[in-house]
Amino acid sequence: MESMLHITTLHYLILGAALFLLGVIGVLTRRNVVIVLMSIELILNAVNLNLVAFSRMWGGLHGQVFAIFVITDAAAEAAVGLGILIAFFRNKETVNVDEVNLLKW
Amino acid sequence: MAPVATPFFFYLLSGIMLIGGILVITRKNPVHSALALIVTLLAQASIYLMLYAPFVAGVQIILYAGGIMVLFLFVIMLVSIDRSVRERQFNSQWVVGIIAATALGGLFVTVFIKGKEIFPEHALPMVENDNTQKIADLLYGAHTGQYMFAFEIASLLLLVAIIGAVVMAKKRI
Repeated sequence: MESMLHITTLHYLILGAALFLLGVIGVLTRRNVVIVLMSIELILNAVNLNLVAFSRMWGGLHGQVFAIFVITDAAAEAAVGLGILIAFFRNKETVNVDEVNLLKW
Repeated sequence: MAPVATPFFFYLLSGIMLIGGILVITRKNPVHSALALIVTLLAQASIYLMLYAPFVAGVQIILYAGGIMVLFLFVIMLVSIDRSVRERQFNSQWVVGIIAATALGGLFVTVFIKGKEIFPEHALPMVENDNTQKIADLLYGAHTGQYMFAFEIASLLLLVAIIGAVVMAKKRI
């Protein structure tokens, strides 16, 4: 119980891994494309948490700068992903990943 | 400032984050998922404050919860048809997905049990009232700025993403 009361880096890493796992489950099992994109954002946030936790552990600020760049990348990728989603919705009038099967043999 | 009641706040915020994450991946209505993700992002900003990263916490609230999630809500309003709320919500490969996620979870548990002693204790409490200046030194400083090139590439990436998103979403190019 004493090791659970003193919050170390490992606690933050376990939290980051749990969030990553939730994001992976969301990407692999949901039908709605928008929720798949939101699970990808969960994954990126788990990575950010890892980065900032390691930055705290080593005392430097490089992890935090990396986390800022990851947030910038997530914004760009969310914009492009949602643009693709809108184009897809305009063609097929659905947001299911199961109906993206024109290339299926 | 000395930290106070750190375990209570850590467990409270991590509980909020995990419940929010579970709500994101299990709600039928995508608007509910987006709101749960906003709650998760705000709790994560508080955890960044616990990790002595106030600038990253501010960027997370302004950019992520206030920009990206609003964009998500706009697009959900654009493409949300009532039919999709009443259908099934797990896709046709969910068994393989759960198996793969369980394998990944087992890998994480193995890593954390075997490698528990390679993570040392935290460094001494960092000062946080010049955190923004130090990040600016790393990004733009004259002799210490080693991320200037990455910063310029990131701004180019945002320009490309803006043009790409507009072209993808237009009706007639």
